[in-house]
Amino acid sequence: MRDELFIYVIIFSTLFGTITYAAVLVWFERRLLGFWQDRHGPNRVGPFGIGLAFADILKLLSKEDWVPPFSDKFIFIFAPTTVMIAMLMGFAVVPFAPGIYIADLNIALLFFLGMTSLAVYSVLLGGLASRNKYALLGGLRSAAQMVSYEVFMGLSVMGVVMLSGSFSLVDIVNAQQDLWFVVSQFLGFFVFLIAGIAETHRLPFDLPEAEHELVAGFHTEYSGMKFGMFMLGEYLGVILISSIMTTIFFGGWLGPDFLPPIFWFALKTFILICFFVLLRAAIPRPRYDQLMSLGWKVMLPLTLINLMATGGILLWLETLS
Amino acid sequence: MAAVIDAADNDLVGELVAKFPGIAFIEQQTFDDFPTLWVSRDKLQSVLTYLKQECAFEMLFDLCGVDERTRVNKENLPETDFTVVYHLVSFTRYRDIRLKVALLESACELPSIIALWPNANWYEREAWDMFGIVFTGHPNLSRILLPATWQGHALRKDHPARATEQEPFELTEERQDKEQEAMRFKPEDWGMKRKNEHTEFMFLNLGPNHPSVHGAFRIILQLDGEVIVDAVPEIGFHHRGAEKMGERQTWHTYIPYTDRIDYLAGVMNNLPYVMCIEKMAGITVPDRAKVIRIMLAELFRVASHLVFYGTFVQDVGQMSPVFYMFSDRERLFGIIEAITGARMHPSWFRIGGVAQDLPEGWEKLVRDFVDWMPKRMDHYHKMCMQNSIVKNRCVDIGVFSKAEALDWGITGPGLRATGVDFDWRRDRPYGGYDQFDFEVPVFHKGDVYDRAQVRVEEIRQSLRIIRQCLDNMPAGAYKSEHSLTTPPPRDRTMHDIETLIHHFVNVSWGPVIPAGECSVTIEATKGNNMYYLTSDGGTMSYRTRIRTPSFPHLQQIPLISRGLLIADLIAILAGIDFVMADVDR
Repeated sequence: MRDELFIYVIIFSTLFGTITYAAVLVWFERRLLGFWQDRHGPNRVGPFGIGLAFADILKLLSKEDWVPPFSDKFIFIFAPTTVMIAMLMGFAVVPFAPGIYIADLNIALLFFLGMTSLAVYSVLLGGLASRNKYALLGGLRSAAQMVSYEVFMGLSVMGVVMLSGSFSLVDIVNAQQDLWFVVSQFLGFFVFLIAGIAETHRLPFDLPEAEHELVAGFHTEYSGMKFGMFMLGEYLGVILISSIMTTIFFGGWLGPDFLPPIFWFALKTFILICFFVLLRAAIPRPRYDQLMSLGWKVMLPLTLINLMATGGILLWLETLS
Repeated sequence: MAAVIDAADNDLVGELVAKFPGIAFIEQQTFDDFPTLWVSRDKLQSVLTYLKQECAFEMLFDLCGVDERTRVNKENLPETDFTVVYHLVSFTRYRDIRLKVALLESACELPSIIALWPNANWYEREAWDMFGIVFTGHPNLSRILLPATWQGHALRKDHPARATEQEPFELTEERQDKEQEAMRFKPEDWGMKRKNEHTEFMFLNLGPNHPSVHGAFRIILQLDGEVIVDAVPEIGFHHRGAEKMGERQTWHTYIPYTDRIDYLAGVMNNLPYVMCIEKMAGITVPDRAKVIRIMLAELFRVASHLVFYGTFVQDVGQMSPVFYMFSDRERLFGIIEAITGARMHPSWFRIGGVAQDLPEGWEKLVRDFVDWMPKRMDHYHKMCMQNSIVKNRCVDIGVFSKAEALDWGITGPGLRATGVDFDWRRDRPYGGYDQFDFEVPVFHKGDVYDRAQVRVEEIRQSLRIIRQCLDNMPAGAYKSEHSLTTPPPRDRTMHDIETLIHHFVNVSWGPVIPAGECSVTIEATKGNNMYYLTSDGGTMSYRTRIRTPSFPHLQQIPLISRGLLIADLIAILAGIDFVMADVDR
């Protein structure tokens, strides 16, 4: 058994590490976007402009903590904390390397799905509590979008569960010794990726906050650190979805021996994050109803086909042996 | 007067006189090459109907008022205090006609013509706002460019033009409350219901500060969920009294104001203004100046369309292209800066020519650009226009037909997207465009996507024109030697007193342009832009009317956005390509 102190160390470093990573990611994304968009991005504060990440945090923390007088005050403050908490909780089940994880639950995957679902509340509640028409529209959109994409997200990983025979993320990684699930479960991966973007509501699926339509959507009325928490929650979500994707489709920490496992995990996650940024730089935003029909008319059938095929092949293999 | 009215126009006037025997048409001599007729108030509607239905004058191109009370040169004109001017254009016959109605201050009203042309709605409101002319039968004759709380009618000659002629402005708390209360939207004023039997509508204020309205522009949306039931566009936030300023600036010093009307099109705004004055003063422009003007105007068309292209795809959510297009535009501004010394607002055209000759080495800059740009356009085409999400967002969205476009005063790319094959540059060439070889892109569906396609293709055609300018730049003077535009040469002013006096008068007062009226229309970046100038024989314009394309384009928004979603409205707005300064002047 792992001793208690070790677990505390991991909890602390996960908390500290992910939040710092999320803050730095804001800077990193802007640099990367700048690179792809023929411009510089933030490059003045500190080496490569990395100081901007910390300057941003300082700015957000020192801003006036304003709650609009017309809003529903308790929920207005409660909403942004939900997303932070839910996303951070999600990291509890991520196995970074053999032995380096907070908890190896036997329902880890379900736990992750549950936590990301909780994050929907923050968007919905934030939108409702603001008592602002743009925020309301954003909140409504996000409720519809996230609830529907949740369905495929859950279903898309079931193929992996069938193949590995477990909900535990550690077991899932171990089941990929020979072949990453991204190969055998490509459809599942594809749907999970799309649903993951929708879940973190980033471009092209940023309809709840679609700047060009709804100003800032559900967080129109938010400023200061409460806005910061939404922002941080979004980036934590990106990191979380990327780490889970690494874990269940790209063999987690598995990799050639010349580097430590945790490095492989970090590298794979990092590449996936870059892919998220690239998507943002490249793809336009579909209309809300187009997004919904894509979900129900394309994604759902794809997921079901994937499930049936996986199940069928598994049964067939069983009858063979 | 120098006007040449050709036989067809004479026939038209003859036809009208024969058709309406009871009316005494008064034909006014102007510097234009089309007729101007005075019609009595009670016959106005029947004459307009006849012109629209029988003579193929499909479009109410402009409607404006003139305060004639202090005008000196009025011989041969009917007695009038306020004149309402109707400018009609036929796109099939390639003709214009201007009708005028004389009104006395004591009976300053005439019937509204909204039933005939729906775009008269805003024009009539503007005429009421600016001159206090009442249009009977107008459904909502309220202020449009000035705030609802404004006192007086700004373009009347007795209304002050300068801040120093008025009480000092003070924004007290009460005043601010009053102004804000005046801005409150009351659905009942617009004949809207707050709810129907199924649902209670939400009224959403899109603007005046919203990321997608491209400036200070407010649209009030009546929403059922996210579906737009109706919309009320509200303009005037960017109004700077450009027409009023025209009445207190000399002919020359007004040029910089024109740059700022369609602020993306730079010197292209100077073009109709200076051409109009040249026509009135009888100045012939040397060939080199003409070609330089065309080259600069087309460079600015490319710059403006690049802004459209970038912001258009940005508004449908594609984040990156706008940066590529703005980099190309920067490059373009580099060339414009090398030639004119300024970037966005060079104010570089002059009456009779341009401000300076082209600098050494301009050929290389321009040639590099026209060689570089087509490749970029191919790249953008793949990235944006062929993107399936962009197509899904724009195809079949915001559709209007050819007939609707003509009824609502839509010009430029918006009109060409509905299948009207008309470009002022090709079909009614001005300023030397008849010497150039280019195509006019026409599309037929009339949706947002087609409007974008027209503009994208226009960039390529503009590059073609620029290349022809480059290859065939004539030698010679870059400005006319006419005494109204260029000071006499120094060696002559030192020798005879007459020339010295001319020099002194022209430099200190500015040129005196002969009395009369003239209008010049050009194919500007966003549609057709017209300057309609009236000189009373002074150093300043008596009336400067600027017909801008964006004004009627915005008026049409409710028509094409009903029943669509907010996201579609954003695509429609992006596809119109408007500039608020061009709307509000």
